[in-house]
Amino acid sequence: MAKPDLIIIGAGPAGMAAAATAANGGLKVHLLDDQPAAGGQVYRNITRNQDRLTHLGPEYTKGIPLADALDHPNITHVAGAAVWRIDDTPTVWYSLHGKSHAIHADHVLIATGAQERPVPFAGWTLPGVMPAGAAQILMKSSDLLPKDAVLAGSGPLLYLIAVQMIEAGQPPVAMVETQTPQMMMRAVRHLPRALLDRQQIFKGLAMLRKIRAARIPRYTAAHSFKAQIQDDLLDFEFTSKGETHHLKCALVLSHQGIIPATHLTRSAGIPHKWHKAQQCWHPDHDTEGRTARPGLWVAGDSAGILGADAARAQGVITANAIICAVRGLRPSIASHVNAHAINHRNRAQAIRAFLDAAYAVPPEINTPPDDTILCRCEEITAGTIRQAIHDGATELRHLKTATRIGMGPCQGRQCDLSLTHMLAAQTQRPIATVGMPRARSPVRPVSLGEIAALEQTD
Amino acid sequence: MMTDSRFFRRENGTYDTVCLQIDGVQTHARATDTVAAALLAFGPAPTRTTGISQSPRTPFCMMGACFDCLVTIDGRPNQQACMITVQDGMCITHQAGFRPLEEPHDG
Ligand code: FES
Repeated sequence: MAKPDLIIIGAGPAGMAAAATAANGGLKVHLLDDQPAAGGQVYRNITRNQDRLTHLGPEYTKGIPLADALDHPNITHVAGAAVWRIDDTPTVWYSLHGKSHAIHADHVLIATGAQERPVPFAGWTLPGVMPAGAAQILMKSSDLLPKDAVLAGSGPLLYLIAVQMIEAGQPPVAMVETQTPQMMMRAVRHLPRALLDRQQIFKGLAMLRKIRAARIPRYTAAHSFKAQIQDDLLDFEFTSKGETHHLKCALVLSHQGIIPATHLTRSAGIPHKWHKAQQCWHPDHDTEGRTARPGLWVAGDSAGILGADAARAQGVITANAIICAVRGLRPSIASHVNAHAINHRNRAQAIRAFLDAAYAVPPEINTPPDDTILCRCEEITAGTIRQAIHDGATELRHLKTATRIGMGPCQGRQCDLSLTHMLAAQTQRPIATVGMPRARSPVRPVSLGEIAALEQTD
Repeated sequence: MMTDSRFFRRENGTYDTVCLQIDGVQTHARATDTVAAALLAFGPAPTRTTGISQSPRTPFCMMGACFDCLVTIDGRPNQQACMITVQDGMCITHQAGFRPLEEPHDG
């Protein structure tokens, strides 16, 4: 295989925009993506759906031109490729149809997007309790609509999904929102800056109007979530304004925003920083997406949560910086080409502080009660972690050895954040000093046989 | 007992379908479904039980980040159902407990 100039990991908005920009600039691009078709999660299945699923709304179809632009002689799109390692040469190792491959380029752009923030509460492992984003993936990928579903939690995506369900004729049976008036109060000071992105604010207000018009029962300032199985249905219990409620439903779709997917960036040795407002780790990078690791770049939500429009803009900005690096051009040249993209990114940044404050993560998600499972794989509860800390564990690795938390097949994707929060809270340290759990390659499941076969052919 | 899927399939146009066997029952799915989507469309039953407390699970995140969708496909355990597209004739079975992920498999 001829050596590409650039390997891009992830065919979401950032990866697709970066691939097209780099290809138009004359670079040979290898685009590796773990899905069967381009789009990422936000534009998932767009190449097949096109504009047919009108209930998904106009934002979804923004993915069409992005995916179309991948049809370019300089782009090799490898669909179904699960990247499991990046070393510092940099070489990218990926698994495709049960076989592993290693490929090298001087520049590697990690655009692996986000995952939903895990929302641990009593009963969140029961069948029928899912992240709201997972239900949205089913809407996009398989035309499946949730039945008798309660939407629970907070964040712009929760409202978008509610509207999509309403438009599809299967509205949620209720919305249970964790947002409190205090959160809104704290968000108000970010409002003047947010108004730079007036369009986005109007879109948000229009969504809220649709939800109100559909007369969906709404509970606000909700907390103390608990799901149980009762007569084969879910009994969803929560407290809102001092009153305990029970809702019978088939699905509880919970959501508390999204966080960067950092397993690849962490395992590649890129330094990360704690982002206080977003309550998650971000890989450290400059405005063009350059990291401290030579040749490794980040763009899109995997670099920090700014949403799809900003991800697309950042893909363009980073690709132009990489073109300059490959061609030995002065970086200042890129800033002229980028004026349009920079404008887009700045607008998305302007509203983000408001959104982060208005839909803040409720503290009980970070440090749940003792009986709540934190680690879904190894079934470790918050109580077990508190006990281990009480017994003397002061570091993340102590907790892993003492309890096996985070050592299951998901490699901590569902419990890393809770674990870090718990340790910080129990030992009264700021999160930044507790540090970030390690991620080790292979970051995706790959059999020993597959790795051995690769080493032989190399 | 709850026997209906928690999801409702929109019918808009025609789609290629494939035949599958889920826990011995013949059924079909859209050719573009992931195995996890086909399982959720098929019914509400648990698709796996955990190794530690034998508690029931179904596919959760649908994007490769939780591993609650592990099932046995055509006799091979630990298959990540949300990352695999269905194929005609596939045999999908409930997975009890957990097998080490590094278990080598042929194919
Ligand atoms: S459903 Fe989470 S990994 Fe498949």
